Amino acid sequence: MIKIAIEKLNLLYGSFQALHDISMNIHANKITAFIGPSGCGKSTLLKTLNRMNDLIAGCNITGKVLLDGEDIYGNIDVNLLRKRVGMVFQKPNPFPMSIYDNIAYGPRTHGIKSKAKLDEIVENSLRKAAVWEEVKERLKKNALGLSGGQQQRICIARALAVNPEVLLMDEPTSALDPVSTSKIEDLITELKNNYTIIIVTHNMQQAVRISDKTAFFLLGHLVEYDDTEKIFSMPEDKRTEDYITGRFG
Amino acid sequence: MKRKEGVIKDLKVKLLSYKKSPVSFILFLLVTVPACITFFILLFIIGYILINGIPHITIGLFEWKYTSSNVSLMPALVNTILMVFLSLVLSVPVGVFTAIYLVEYTKSDNKLVSIIRITAETLSGIPSIVYGLFGFLLFVTALRWGISLISGAFTVSIMVLPLIMRTTEEALKAVPDSYREVSFGLGAGKLRTVFHIVLPAAFPGILSGIILAIGRIVGETAALIYTAGTVAEIPSGKDFLFDSTRTLSLHMYALSSEGLYTNQAYATAVVLLVIVLFINWLSGVLAKRIMKGNQA
Repeated sequence: MIKIAIEKLNLLYGSFQALHDISMNIHANKITAFIGPSGCGKSTLLKTLNRMNDLIAGCNITGKVLLDGEDIYGNIDVNLLRKRVGMVFQKPNPFPMSIYDNIAYGPRTHGIKSKAKLDEIVENSLRKAAVWEEVKERLKKNALGLSGGQQQRICIARALAVNPEVLLMDEPTSALDPVSTSKIEDLITELKNNYTIIIVTHNMQQAVRISDKTAFFLLGHLVEYDDTEKIFSMPEDKRTEDYITGRFG
Repeated sequence: MKRKEGVIKDLKVKLLSYKKSPVSFILFLLVTVPACITFFILLFIIGYILINGIPHITIGLFEWKYTSSNVSLMPALVNTILMVFLSLVLSVPVGVFTAIYLVEYTKSDNKLVSIIRITAETLSGIPSIVYGLFGFLLFVTALRWGISLISGAFTVSIMVLPLIMRTTEEALKAVPDSYREVSFGLGAGKLRTVFHIVLPAAFPGILSGIILAIGRIVGETAALIYTAGTVAEIPSGKDFLFDSTRTLSLHMYALSSEGLYTNQAYATAVVLLVIVLFINWLSGVLAKRIMKGNQA
């Protein structure tokens, strides 16, 4: 089932074209990895999927991005779109407030006020993010007091708390140690049963380990997009092969 | 005692080590001597005021009513608090909201923004007596508010406005963009992001600006002479806003310019000094407490 369909997407920052004519389908309940060298446009493409690039001045987009068949650059409520398409960032970035308030911020934003309901959401989200056992005794403590890996799982829980359908992850483990990374990878694999996940990564082993589909980008072009196994065993394009075997990048 | 000897020994070793490099020694003097000068000037001022003032602090100074025999500073103290409160009520919302507009709602290359910034900078460079004259012409004369608490409050609130605005602006800019991104990413709108995420994170910085502003209001005389006046009574009744008042600094100015109560002026200075130190201490405690709630 196709969750997001990208059709002939072009993106310009001022006069610099960051994305050229991207067309691809993202499948529901799969993990799709975006790989490619720095500056290839993979993070930029990720940000177009929940319109975070709206915040950047001079950013111009043509083409379509369809979420369940509806154009997200059409006449829609951006805040509602971002509730449906959540995001986890590269650096763990909890708000400087308690763990509880961090998780509850999203639901409160969308009008949930009942204490009981919030308690339930907070616990569920933290459980889904596999961090509940570690923090259940200190929900009222500041989230910045946690370790980097815990903070990133808090951020994932925070994104899950608004009950999104799609989760965009921009190099979520690049700032973490190997142990935390493996915990987060397990978590992502777990989450794909309920969410559609798109992950940008610099780590090709990570893409192999967790993703179902892989897209390789180069200089703003989508070079190849296929099943992860196929991309890493017999890529069709010479450039993909060169990149994954480490000849450049 | 042993520790003291150790310190002196350390200093000796340090000074001897400069024997080989006279240039370093000159540089050492260039940075330490001014530091000492600054410290001793402050020490001298405080000491001088305390020595001259403390012996003249009497119970009469704190009586509710000012008479020429007790020279009470109590009405002036109450008026100072009133003045600070009123001025902040006027200037803080305007300053903080202007800063929010500049930082959160405009693009950095905006013409209007640079005009507002230049205006604020120019305002903060104007001598306070000019504010006094302006306040006299506008609030006292043109608006017919008379020489009064309210005229004074409006005048000093205009004076501290740029200060509050600039410190708030810096505090807002220091809030990491990632907080804003996350908030937007969760589907929060601009208003919610600004009021629930950005403002709380910037609060300690904003508070320090407000405290600086309080310091300026407490210490102001020139801008208040022609706007708030020098009546040494606590304003009362339903028209109290339109009564003339005298703040502590003005009280001191009046006492020393009359030349009859120099000793009481020193005593008043001690009280003023204590208040300023208290405000500094309080701000430190408040900031720490707020940071604690925010971080650890």
